[in-house]
This record gives sequence, C-alpha cells and structure tokens, in this order.
Amino acid sequence: MEFPEGLRYSREHEWARLSGERVRVGITSYAQDTLGDIVFVMLPKLGEEVTAGQPLGEVESTKSVSDVFAPVSGAIVARNETVEGSPELINSDPYGDGWLVEIQINDPSALDDLLDARGYADHVAAQP
Amino acid sequence: MTGGVAPEPLLFESSRAGRRASTIPATGISRSGARDRLPAGLTGATVPQLPELSERDIVRHYTRLAHRNFSIDEGFYPLGSCTMKYNPKIAEVVAALPGFARLHPAQPPDQVQGLLGLLCALEAGLCELAGMAAVTLQPAAGAAGELTGLTLIRAYHESRGEQRTRVLIPDAAHGTNPASVRLAGYEVVEVPSDASGRIDLGALKKIVDGRVAALMLTNPNTLGLFERNITEIARLLHDCGAKLYYDGANLNAIVGRARPGDMGFDVVHLNVHKTFGTPHGGGGPGAGPVGVTPDLVRFLPGPRPAQLPDGRYGWRDEPDSIGRVHGWHGNIGILVRAYSYLISLGGAGLRHVSERAVLNANYLLARVADDYDLPYPAPVMHEFVVSARRHRRASGVRALDIAKSLIDRGFHPMTVYFPLIVDEAMMIEPTETESRETLDAFAAALRELAEEAATAPETLRQAPVTTPVRRPDEARAARHLVPRWYPPADAPAS
Repeated sequence: MEFPEGLRYSREHEWARLSGERVRVGITSYAQDTLGDIVFVMLPKLGEEVTAGQPLGEVESTKSVSDVFAPVSGAIVARNETVEGSPELINSDPYGDGWLVEIQINDPSALDDLLDARGYADHVAAQP
Repeated sequence: MTGGVAPEPLLFESSRAGRRASTIPATGISRSGARDRLPAGLTGATVPQLPELSERDIVRHYTRLAHRNFSIDEGFYPLGSCTMKYNPKIAEVVAALPGFARLHPAQPPDQVQGLLGLLCALEAGLCELAGMAAVTLQPAAGAAGELTGLTLIRAYHESRGEQRTRVLIPDAAHGTNPASVRLAGYEVVEVPSDASGRIDLGALKKIVDGRVAALMLTNPNTLGLFERNITEIARLLHDCGAKLYYDGANLNAIVGRARPGDMGFDVVHLNVHKTFGTPHGGGGPGAGPVGVTPDLVRFLPGPRPAQLPDGRYGWRDEPDSIGRVHGWHGNIGILVRAYSYLISLGGAGLRHVSERAVLNANYLLARVADDYDLPYPAPVMHEFVVSARRHRRASGVRALDIAKSLIDRGFHPMTVYFPLIVDEAMMIEPTETESRETLDAFAAALRELAEEAATAPETLRQAPVTTPVRRPDEARAARHLVPRWYPPADAPAS
C-alpha cells in the first residue's frame, strides 16, 4: 500500500498536502481499501469553517458510512465536485483525482501535528 | 448472469395487453367523472402502464420466487435472533385464532376482554423478565422503541427543568442507536471500546457530565461480549443524573437468567420479534415494547391496557404521557405471538433458551477458532465475531467471498462487515434451536472454505455459482440507483 512522501497524515486516515496557504485533503489508500467500494460522498460547503479532529464530511461505502475528519482547522476554499458525481475516484486515485476539499490555513505549522509517511505506515501496521 | 436456474422475468416483462386476472362487473358509474371532480394537480395525463396478466401467471411467478427464497424452515441461518431465529409454530396458530386475528382496534373494551387480558399479562411478563416497573406495548419495532425510550428520557429531564443535549453510544453499537438519537434531537457522542471489546471505562468517565441525557447500551454487545462493568457504568451515569438505556437486540443471550433492571438500566426496549417468537426477517412487522423504572412510568405512551377496579379490562392514560407512538394499540398480532412464546416455554424454558444459545455460540466458536482470527478473547455470550483478515492478507479472499461461498453449500451467509470495529468481520449467531449436527456441518463448511481460500482463492471469488443471480454489483447499484422498471426503449443510460 502506498503512502506518498511529502504528504502529511492523520491518525484517522486522512492525507493533507500543503500548497501555499492551502491544504488539499483526501482519504488514504489504506482508508479506501478498508472501506471498500465508495458510493457516496458528502462534502462541506464552500466557506464553512472546519476544526482539526472534527468531522468535515462523510464517505459511504457498500459496507458502512464513515466520518472524514479535518486534519487541520480553517475555511473550505475548494471542494472536488467531480468526486461527488464519481465517488469511485476515491478508490481508484485516492491521492490524485479522488481528493475531497481544500482548506485555507493561516499557519503552516498546523501540519506539524500530523504524521509523516513513515509514521503513518507504522500507524497502519499497528492497526488491529 | 449464468447459474443453475434461469432468471425469473418481471411481471412487467410478462405482461400482455388485455390479459386479466379478474373481471370486475360494470358499476354504472361514469369513468370520466373522476377527472372533473379531482383537483387538476392530482390527475395524470396518461393511464399508468400496469402489468396485465392472468391469475395463473401471477400465482406461478410468485410461487417460483418463493421456491428460490432461503428460509429458516429449510436450512441453517447463522444470523440468529438479531435477524430471525426459529419461531415455534404454536405462536402462529394462536395469533391466527379469529378471536385475535379478526378484531378491529376500535372495538369497545367489553367485546375484547380476552385480548386486553392477554396484553396485561404480557406487560406483566415482560416487566418480570426485564426487571422494569411498567411497559408500553405500542412501539412498532426496535427502532420505534428506541425513539420512544429517548422521548421518555427527554420528558423526564424536562420535568426536572433540565435541558440535556447528548446521548452516549459505544462504537460497537447497532446503527439504529445513533439514528434514533439524532431523530430524538440529541447529539451523538461515541464511547470507544477497550482492548477486551467492552466499554472503555476510563474514556467513559471523561465524557459523562451534566450534558449527558443517557447512555444507550446493548448487553451483551454486538461482539457477543457481556459488559462486566455494567454496575459501575450505571453508577457513573446515575451520579450525573443521566439514564441508562438497554437496547434489547441481544436479550436472547440473557433472557430468564439476568435482568436489565437489576444491572441498573432505566429504560429497556425488547424486540419481541427477535426474542419471542415472530418471523421478521423480511422486515416486519415487529413490536418493540419499552419498559421503564418507576420514576418514568407517568410519561409512558397511552392508552395502556389495564385491569380496572371492577376486575374488567379497559384502557387508561398516564398523567404526563408523551402521547401515542402508534396509530392504534401496537402490532397486536406480534404481541399475541410473544405471549404465546412466553407461556409455552415458561420461566424454566426461557432460562434454557439463553443457556443453549450461549452454549451453541461457544461450541461453534471453538470449532472455527483455528481457521479464523478472534479479535476479542472468548468466552462469548450468544454470538461471536471472527475476522477473515488472515485470508485477505494471504490470498485476497475477503469475508464477503466466504459468505457468498456458503450459499453454494446450502447455508445462509452470516452477517459480514459488522460490527465496524472488526476488520473483515464475520458475525455468527447460531441460536438455541440448532442441533450439534447442524453446528458441526456449518463449522466443517467454514473450515473447508478457509482451506480453499489458500489453495483455490479464485473459486471463492466466483461464488455463488448455484443461484440465478450471482453477485449483484452493489457499488454500481448504490452509485446509479434505478428503483423502477422502464420499458426497454425508455431505459436510462447507466
């Protein structure tokens, strides 16, 4: 399973990619594999303020409905409307076309609390 | 689709213009009158295209479909009491008696004394089994019982001038619990499980405060594990003025042996259709009576059946009732079945039910424990959850593939992928009525499938091969739901 270098990861299985003052967010390859075929995505509205560690939306697979947690706090400045119509993109390309939202942050150090690729791989290996 | 049986055409596909199942005599009423009398928005431009068939066509269609159904009357069904255990036929016989089956809910009490007496006796029996002071029989099923119970809890707190906003739910809970909490207007707060698969007491202590209205708990929980700290959990909640709610989905494990009221529960819903003799695997009807402690009785829905001072039976209302939770008095036919089940078994028989249910689950678990992972340690109560993760890692065979393969071997699949806290979960509940021979045959099938997962994984991935429809594309069905039939020319592009 692939956990790209350069991304940061939450313990709840989201990834975060910093670009300027924006953080693009999706769920990890491990998360999509565990959930199975994803059939529905619920994303927050543009401008909505989200809080690190709190749910920002939901993904529903043929097995279950799961919260997606915000890895950082800030305002939603972009949402992937393509993935709402084609949720299978989360399964086929979780780090690319399957991204979910972008969050505007004021302080890049907000990502410091997240895991790096190696730390996340260890976290996944320790899952029951 | 390929398979051992040809697909059954839809009634729409078998329709032939002008074919009829019955001929209705002329009424002498003008058909055109309807359009003149109904508001314009309620009439359509075209006549609905309903299928046209003879009675023979319809009977054969549904009889063929019925033959393809898998039922607990023909084979083992490891979904257990949670979905449907074996229901003794005597309950059907009693419920079909005209004196019960042909009553109208508006009949005056003096014409239905027998039924009212039965309902009062059922209330008393359920109170005794649950350790509660009083019961409402109105809720139509488990989830309706949950909403009723939460509404009672809200009425209780509001009567004390308290506005509590949160309800706690363990991460192993049934999905109906959080749904009922939201519907009742409360916020859901999740309680994590500890390494033993039970409520994490340390985590619970941190979130119990004056904002908490109640904790909803299934005991034993969905992993089949008894919450050993239940009296401590009850004390934590009660010290903060919160209530403890018992989800009766797993009552089969303790019925006649232990009482939720004695454990400290304040509100109890009982799925009488799960535990007490009603077939409900097709989705209903059910009945979800709710029992309460003395301080909540005055809020119960009404009217309630009651024995009046003159010895006759009638209806009576509670002073601070939350109102009706059912259009009439509840699903009476199901309640009659429940009473039949209770008195045909009696106290000793009910104790035997839970003993055998727990023994059968632990026996079957011991028989499959070498071939599947047990994420939380045994012993269990009435059900257990194993994981197919070792097979998924070794050969890619998933719990779903094992479930589908059981169909070809003549068994109904077990529940898979629930509870959510277990990876590749396979939840098995054999119930009290299955013989040792049946349990051995099922364990042997699971063992063979575990071996096949290593030697011939593709065979499992192809299963089932004996059914008219093999593997529906669940993801495509969910992403592009087409809930109606279209004539071929009008079918939407998928």
